[in-house]
Formats: sequence, structure tokens, C-alpha cells
Amino acid sequence: MAKSVLEVKDLVKYYGPLKAVNGLSFEVKENEIFGLIGPNGAGKTTTLRVISTILQITSGLVRVFGYELPRQAGEVRRIISYLPEDAGAYKNMTGKVYLGFMASFFGNGGKTREIVQEGIKIADLGRRINDRVDTYSKGMMRRLLVGRALMTDPRLAILDEPTSGLDVINAKEIRDIIKNATKEGTTVLLSSHNMLEVEFLCDRIALIDEGKIVEEGKPQELKKKYKASNIEEVFVEAVR
Amino acid sequence: MRNKRNEEKRGCLGSIIKKEVKELLTWETILPIVMIVVIFGMMGGVYSGVEEDVEEEPIIGLINNDGSGTYTDILIDTLDGGAELVYNRTDEDGDLGELIDEGLEEVGNEGGAALLIIPLGFNDTIALGEERASIRVIWILEGVGTFDSIPTGSVSGLLEVARSKITRELVGGDGGNVDTILAPFEYKSNETTMIKGGNPVNAGPGDIIGALATQSMLIPIMIMIVIMFSGGNVITSMGLEKENKTLETLLTLPVKRRSIITGKIVGSSAVGLAMALIYMLAYGFFMRGFYSSSDLNLEEIGLSLGIVGYLILAISISLAVLGALALCLVLGSFAKNYKSAQMLNGPLVALTMVPMFITMFKDFSTLPLTGKIVLFAIPFSHPMIASRALLFGDYLLPLSGLAYMAFFTLVMILIAVKIFNSDHLLVGRVKKEEEGKKRGIRFGLKSRIKPD
Ligand SMILES: Nc1ncnc2c1ncn2[C@@H]1O[C@H](COP(=O)(O)OP(=O)(O)OP(=O)(O)O)[C@@H](O)[C@H]1O
Ligand SMILES: [Mg+2]
Repeated sequence: MAKSVLEVKDLVKYYGPLKAVNGLSFEVKENEIFGLIGPNGAGKTTTLRVISTILQITSGLVRVFGYELPRQAGEVRRIISYLPEDAGAYKNMTGKVYLGFMASFFGNGGKTREIVQEGIKIADLGRRINDRVDTYSKGMMRRLLVGRALMTDPRLAILDEPTSGLDVINAKEIRDIIKNATKEGTTVLLSSHNMLEVEFLCDRIALIDEGKIVEEGKPQELKKKYKASNIEEVFVEAVR
Repeated sequence: MRNKRNEEKRGCLGSIIKKEVKELLTWETILPIVMIVVIFGMMGGVYSGVEEDVEEEPIIGLINNDGSGTYTDILIDTLDGGAELVYNRTDEDGDLGELIDEGLEEVGNEGGAALLIIPLGFNDTIALGEERASIRVIWILEGVGTFDSIPTGSVSGLLEVARSKITRELVGGDGGNVDTILAPFEYKSNETTMIKGGNPVNAGPGDIIGALATQSMLIPIMIMIVIMFSGGNVITSMGLEKENKTLETLLTLPVKRRSIITGKIVGSSAVGLAMALIYMLAYGFFMRGFYSSSDLNLEEIGLSLGIVGYLILAISISLAVLGALALCLVLGSFAKNYKSAQMLNGPLVALTMVPMFITMFKDFSTLPLTGKIVLFAIPFSHPMIASRALLFGDYLLPLSGLAYMAFFTLVMILIAVKIFNSDHLLVGRVKKEEEGKKRGIRFGLKSRIKPD
């Protein structure tokens, strides 16, 4: 049995009086791709931000590779990589310089160069990698940031809607990159609205609504359980 | 192992500082400085042009209806020696009006400053000594700017000189010592000023204040500039992180919050100090013209800072800058983007401008009680207050200022660290009416992200 990479138990998160996450529990196993699926405002981003150590936990337990939040946030940051839903890069830098800046937190000298090469390969922006990031299109920016998130070979990659804003071809490429990353020992936790993507990519998924998990399991199993032909139908049934 | 860890840490801090500096040194930030330098340079240039104007002889016209005589000659010689006479006539046909029209036109064409008319009997009236004689002056003003009064001012000066020469001639005629009669006693060579709370100084109050004027202006201005540039940079940097949506990523990197805070503070103050230095050089060049060095040697009369004084002042300035940067980090956490960051500069500007203007014109000790309280409470006043208090040997005020600033800075840094460890940077403010509930929730539960 693969060991547990991420444990979330009874997680509750309030924004002021607003309950964004309402007693969420799930587990992610080593080397799998786990998807959080749910409508807008379900609490996906909030959950991912809590796991990424940048939001406080109101109550509940989060453990990453045995490190407990918030006590061991420093250790957790060393092994995770987080791709925010809506992120940018420092405008005055070129894509390559940005990757270099980010890589400098994960090693020095030759190691940094290695990481940057990996990032350039993943981003695959060709010559444009030497242009300032404020000249990038939305999709190019997303590719750069995906490259940044995966170049460090994180043990757990937390990707909030990794393919948002990408066209069909680019989205497919990113999906392949994510699939590949797991072959090199990375575990992936992602969120998505794209049900086709989820079916193709995820080993297991959790359907969230109003801060709660309403269903969890392998896409195939869920489809069988709800006698549905696709995850979209599963979702509609489960939420009802 | 330990060493390697340290190295890594330094590496992270180094790259953050480098990034901050690069981000802050853009055309948007450099251009205003360059413009200020150019403007000051140009104003300095205008001023030296003005100085030439002062030295240049004014152009005048003269209508002399009095012929010659001892006193008339003194007047005419003085005018001739200090001004360029482009029109010099005598009213022979009794048609003064026509001569004046002609004279004004000619003097005006030459860019002159005045037409002077010496009436008949000028010399005799003075010689009789019963009444004052008079001359008529028609001024020609080319504009009403401050510097436009220079040529006419020089002519007035010449008239004063002539008047004083005629006085001497009149007094000297009686055979007494002219200097003694004109000033029967004097006090300037033997005066001492007691300054409240300080050592006596062997000079007059006007001279002392004059000699300290440059310093009184420059130190508060310099402190204000350093604080505003460095502080503004911190706020801008926070605004940019939010605008570029980079903060979220930065906060998940394996780098200590402390390093992010230190990186921002060090980077911003380095850039701020460099900007302030350039600015001060330009400003110094500009001010040099206005404050001619005084005759008083400050060191000789005991009005200069000793080593201890300089040390206290340096600590005071550093603490003020540090406190300002910590405050700005707190302010900057409210910035939503570059634009709102500029708005957040407001409190900082107020907190540095107010003490700057107060200390420029008043001493702490001469302020009313409320003024003292306000000035003391503003942390950035203290280096400005200290720079003067130390000069007069007052250590209590600067040292209590240091203690207060240290306290202020510590509180601000603690708040900044708390903010960086909280949701505030990403979540922003929760609506007012919800704040009570929010607090209830927050404090009711133990879990918090532990500061690292
Ligand atoms: N900064 C914030 N301040 C207050 N409430 C917030 C904040 N961010 C999110 N929320 C609220 O928390 C709830 C969950 O939001 P979250 O962003 O986690 O949803 P999501 O599942 O990621 O949605 P989406 O699919 O639209 O990205 C929503 O009701 C949202 O309004
Ligand atoms: Mg979201």
C-alpha cells in the first residue's frame, strides 16, 4: 500500500464570518494525481492555500509527509510547490531570470542552473524565454509558471487549475507534463473545472460542494456507482 | 551541515535583496530623481545668473538741473562709479516734461532701471542744513518676479552710499572723529548669548541662528528625504507583489518570513539611501548659492557635535529609517496594487513633513506642551530634534528619543512579522461589521501558523 503524502482531517476554514471550508477530510497517496472538483466557491482554492501554508487553519489537521501544519510550515515549504490559480511573475524580469530567481531558493551554483534548465524545458517557450514576462500572453505566462512549479521536482505539487486560460493544445501538453512529473516521484494535488481533464488525468478525485466532500473515489468507480457516462453527470447526481 | 544551512540562508536573502533593488531601480522610480536633479541644477544655474546680475552695473539716466557743487558732485560721482549712465542732460529750456519722456525712452531702450532728476538747489539745501533736500526717481521695472528687483535694488543701494558719503562730508566738516559720531558706542565685539539648556556662546543671536541656518534646514530635509524614499520603496515593493500576483508564490517558497522582511527592508533602504544621496547632492548644489558661509566658525564657539554626538545622531537616524521601513511594511500590506501603494505613502509623508517643518523653525524647548507631545510622539522627529539638542549639549532629549524609537521600531517589526504570518496579506480586510465575529472565531481557536 502506497504511503500517505497528504492527510487532511476535519479541516475548517473561516474568512471572517464566512465558512469557506466545512470539515474537509481526504488523503493523497504517494505518486498519485488527486483532483479536487467542485463548483465556483466550493472551497477548492482555500483548501489548496491552507495546504500550501499560506492560510491559517481555523480547525482540523493537515499533515504533509508527516509534517504537521502550522507547526512545521518551514519543512513543508521545502518539499511542496504551489501553483496559484491566478498568479504572475515579476514584470521587470525575463522568463529565464524569473526561473533563476525562483531556483535560487532551492539550491546554489550548478544546482540552480540545472533547475532552471528543467524549468525552461517544461515551459517550452522557445526564444521567448529571454523576453520580459510583461510581454507574455496569458497562456505563455501559465506555461512559465507551470515550469516554475514543477522544475524543482517537488515531492508534492499543488496545482490550482493548472490549465486555466490555455487553449486545447497547450492544455493537453501541460496535462502530459503533469503526468510525466509523477513518473519522477512527484505527487500531484490539483483542482479543476474541466471534467474531461479530470477523467484523463486523475487517479482519484474528490467532489466538493460548499466546503464539504460529497463523493470521493476513482473516476471509473464513481461513474459505475452513479451509472453515469461521465464525471459531469456524477457530479450533478452527487450534489443533488 | 550547519555551515551549509547558513550559506543557503544567505543565498536566499541575497536573491531577495537583489530582486528588490532591481525592481525598484526602474525608469518610473529613477526619472523623478533625475528630474529633481535637473531642476535643481537649472535653478542653481539661474541663481548664478542672478549673481552676475547683482554684480553687473545697473543702467540709469540722469537729468541734472543743479549744475555742480560739493554735495551734488558726490552724488553724481557715486552714481557714475556704480552705474552705467546712458542719458545725462541738463534742463536748459525749462521743458522738463519733454526731457523726462526722452530720458525714459532712452533708458528703457537700454534696459535701464531708473531715471534720476536732481532739482535745482539740491546742493544749497544740503549746505544750509535746515531742510532735507530731495531728488526725484522714476523707476523702470521690467517684471515683478523676485529677481526683477535686482537692478532697481542696486540703484537704491547706490543712493544709500551717496547719502552716507554726504553725511560723512557734513560731519567731517566739523572736525570730529566721523566714526565715533556716527556710532558713539558699540556692543558687537563683546557679546555673549546664553542659550536655554546649553553653554554660553560668544556671538550674537542673529549670527548664531544664521550660522546654524544651513544645518537647521539641511538635516531635517535630509532625514525626511531618506525616510520618504526608503519607506516609499517598501510600500511600492509590497504594492508590486500584489499587482503582479507574485506574493502568493513568494510565501510558499522555502524561505523564512524573516528573510523576506529583511530583504525588503535592506533592498528598499539601499535604493532609498542612494536616491537620497543623489538628491542631496543636487540640493546641496542648489542651496550653496543661498546660504553663503557665515563668518562664525561653529567649532570655535563650541557649536559642533563631538564624537559621541555624531554617534548618537547616527544611531538616531538609523533607528528612524528602520522604524519607518517597518511601519511601511505594515502600511504596504494594505496595498492592493502599485497605485494604492502610492496612496499609502500619505501617512508617511505627513509623519515626516510635520516634524521637518516644526524643527526647521522652532526648537523643541520653545514649543507649547501639546506641540511637544505631538512632536515627541512622531518617531521621525527624533533625529531632527537630536541634531539640534546635541549641539547645545542636551543629551536627555536625544537619548529618550532613541528609547522611544527603539520601542516603536520593535512594535512595528513585531506587527509586520505577525502580518506576514497571518492571512492578512492574501485575504485583506474583512468588513467592519464582521470584525467582531471574526475576532471571536480567531481567538476562540488555538491553531495559528507558527512564526518561523
Ligand atoms: N479572500 C477572501 N475573503 C473572503 N472570502 C473569501 C476569500 N477568498 C474566498 N472566499 C470565499 O470562500 C469561499 C470559497 O472560495 P474558494 O476561492 O476557495 O472557491 P473555489 O472552489 O476555488 O472557487 P473557484 O472555482 O471559483 O476558483 C467562497 O464563498 C469565497 O467567496
Ligand atoms: Mg479557486
